[in-house]
Amino acid sequence: MKAGRLEPREKQSKLRSLFRRQIFIPIAALLVLVIFNLITNPSFFAVKLDYNSAGNPVFTGNLVTILDNASELAILAIGMTLVTAASGGQDISVGAAIAIAGSVTLRVLCGDNARPETLQAPIIVAFLVCCVASMLFGAFNGTLVAYFKIQPMVATLILYTAGRSIAAWINNNTLPNISEPSFGYAGNFIPGIPVPTPILIAIACMIVIALVLKFTTLGLYTQAVGINPNSSRLNGINPAFIKFITYVILGLCVAVAGFIKVSRFSTINYSVVAKDIEMDAILAVALGGNALSGGKFNMAASILGAYVIQFLTTTLYAFNVDSSALPAYKAVVVIILVVLSAPTFQQKLTRLKKKPKMAAAAKEGN
Amino acid sequence: MQEGAVLEMRGICKYFPGVRALQDVDFTLREGEIHALMGENGAGKSTLIKVLTGVYEKDNGEIFLKGREGAVNIRSPQDAQNVGISTVYQEITLCPNLTVAENMFIARTKSKGVNWGAMNRRAGEILRSLDIPAAPTQQLGSCSIAVQQMVAIARAVDMECKVLILDEPTSSLDEQEVQKLFKLMLDLKKKGVGIIFVTHFLEQVYEVCDRITVLRDGQLVGEYVIEDLPRVQLVSKMLGKDLDEMADIKKEHTGEVDMSESGVVLEAHQLASVAGIKPFDFQIRKGEVNGFTGLLGSGRSESVRALFGADRTTSGTIKIGGKTVKIHKPLDAMKHGVGYLPEDRKRDGIVGDLSVRDNIILAMQVMRGFFRPISRAKAEEYAQEYINLLEIKTASSDTPIKSLSGGNQQKCILARWLLTNPSYLILDEPTRGIDIGTKIEIQKLVLKLADEGKSVTFISSEIDEMLRTCSRLIVMRDRKIVGELKGEDLTQAKIMATIAGGESAS
Repeated sequence: MKAGRLEPREKQSKLRSLFRRQIFIPIAALLVLVIFNLITNPSFFAVKLDYNSAGNPVFTGNLVTILDNASELAILAIGMTLVTAASGGQDISVGAAIAIAGSVTLRVLCGDNARPETLQAPIIVAFLVCCVASMLFGAFNGTLVAYFKIQPMVATLILYTAGRSIAAWINNNTLPNISEPSFGYAGNFIPGIPVPTPILIAIACMIVIALVLKFTTLGLYTQAVGINPNSSRLNGINPAFIKFITYVILGLCVAVAGFIKVSRFSTINYSVVAKDIEMDAILAVALGGNALSGGKFNMAASILGAYVIQFLTTTLYAFNVDSSALPAYKAVVVIILVVLSAPTFQQKLTRLKKKPKMAAAAKEGN
Repeated sequence: MQEGAVLEMRGICKYFPGVRALQDVDFTLREGEIHALMGENGAGKSTLIKVLTGVYEKDNGEIFLKGREGAVNIRSPQDAQNVGISTVYQEITLCPNLTVAENMFIARTKSKGVNWGAMNRRAGEILRSLDIPAAPTQQLGSCSIAVQQMVAIARAVDMECKVLILDEPTSSLDEQEVQKLFKLMLDLKKKGVGIIFVTHFLEQVYEVCDRITVLRDGQLVGEYVIEDLPRVQLVSKMLGKDLDEMADIKKEHTGEVDMSESGVVLEAHQLASVAGIKPFDFQIRKGEVNGFTGLLGSGRSESVRALFGADRTTSGTIKIGGKTVKIHKPLDAMKHGVGYLPEDRKRDGIVGDLSVRDNIILAMQVMRGFFRPISRAKAEEYAQEYINLLEIKTASSDTPIKSLSGGNQQKCILARWLLTNPSYLILDEPTRGIDIGTKIEIQKLVLKLADEGKSVTFISSEIDEMLRTCSRLIVMRDRKIVGELKGEDLTQAKIMATIAGGESAS
């Protein structure tokens, strides 16, 4: 359009564009939480170097706990973002799938014996089997969504319902327990490294996805398919396969998260492990400002969203909020964040800010 | 208010980030007149309509309606409907998964319950009186685009409206259907309804309109009585310059077609697809521009879709460059140098939320493959190259394509295919809903491509346009090819006769 540009806007565009950036909301939420915690308890962020019972150096403190506990959620947020972008729906079976992943891992390590003296297979083999199994379950969801065109929530409801039973069945409903200390490395500490291993694994996953998004066209394809599958197909993309593959990728994320989970406790409780984590993962995507109806996504914002959720939980715990009341408190904060990041609200906000300027511009124009 | 006016808009201003879309625009609509609103893409026609119908909030100005004291405040489409302003948009905005009757009465029942029987009966009456070939209980999505458009009009007409806005209603209708619509418009005019008619078709304006208001770059150029404004002047007012370009663009075109044996670029033999076209043969040579013509639903789009692998083929073979190739999916065709610009830009062409840049590089990126992404810098370079070459008007290459005007969106899709450097380009209705300036640009581009030795298939509802570009026309009727015209046979009359049937031309 040739019509005149509005000069006053240009000057402020830098500041404005910062506010408009999708990642602004999760960052702002994090900052608010940080400031709030600093004011109420200046020692909230204190990180100390301690020695654990095995005599190894470990970092302790709220910050470390937050980063540590958010790891699984951050990893899941990666896969959930891709699934959301490509299929315009969410996988609600990830919690149940984590139970399966953990159960498979323990089954491979324990064999038929619930309390084995020695591991029946190398840990790495157990991990790989766990990955394959989880990706198969991801493929199952993906097939239903991509090829049978079932709505994602309905398709994944199947595994959501059946998953924990399947997990229990894999180990004949026993609760295996592994005493081998090296199995706990992935969920706790590797001797000599003071940073909790889950944090390192989460960082590794982020690096991998960053590389994948940089060196493949996965990002472009998932977004194109999510926005307009017809057009994508006519440009040579196979929309069904792209949707399918995002579920498989989420399966891989589930495997990693599940492995960390069982490693943390060296055992599993089928009905409790990773309970409701699917909702937090979806929430992370939403907090990142991504449309749950698919299309454009911002991976970094989703991952930050995951940390915001964990930060919030830990903060509430630090305030001695009763664990049964915790979800209610969380809900209030989530409502605020989601409303703030909703496009309608943002539009209203910009419209409010814009009005006086527009009038000024009109005067100038005349 | 002026004597006899039903609607007056005064000093309307509307701003978008960085752009003055409307500046101090006046518009007056009188009782019982058909008033054409003309202008290039981006001139502000759609914005003015959207301000009037409450889709956009105006930043300045006043709207007056007959029978209402003072300025009316229209804040939502619902408000507009309540004060008697009905709209039929260019893009169909009905719900395809509801029935025809439901679409006609949606959000309009005053009582709380729905009387389904009465609703269907009433819908049936309206449809019959307007001669629309649809059943009230039929799902809207199963009707052709033309019928859907007419249902939208029927919906608007049935509402007790004083002002009827038709935004490009004819762009997806064929000649017969257009005449039906005109008859309807003239009927309404007699009843005293004021009709605002937005269109790109000049002939249609001169056929039915009483007055013309011309906008350019968001400003009012003027209001004219139709007799006082000859066509050439109208066009020059819209473009803001005298137009020599309207002259025969075919002149500079060499029209050289490689007639040698190796000159055949693509050849199809007894091709048929799941879309239900009868098996057909087709051939195109290097440097040739040909066209498929026929009424809506005659199978012209389905034929080219089969060539591109967009619809699964059920029989037949395709030879490209003399070699038999298998084309199961679009990517196969793309790898053999075929490009396809689809008929429905919004549904099949653009990827709305993605940037202009991503939209331009999409096809090339897919051809390069999953593991070889185009770097950001390179993508920007490609995008800029084509933004400059095709003069795409966009704030930046980062702008989502959906915020561009229709013509500029179409240029982006053209750029997408030009970037892949195809040897054979299929353009299905590339100029639909696009202003004259851009239309001529696209026509010129087609001929230039042919001169560069590429082959082009050009499909358009406007025979005029086909005559300007194509050297050979394939005529289709009832999903099969009924004739092929070239040379001296390429006249409007001959084409019409072949489309209509009777004596076969081939």
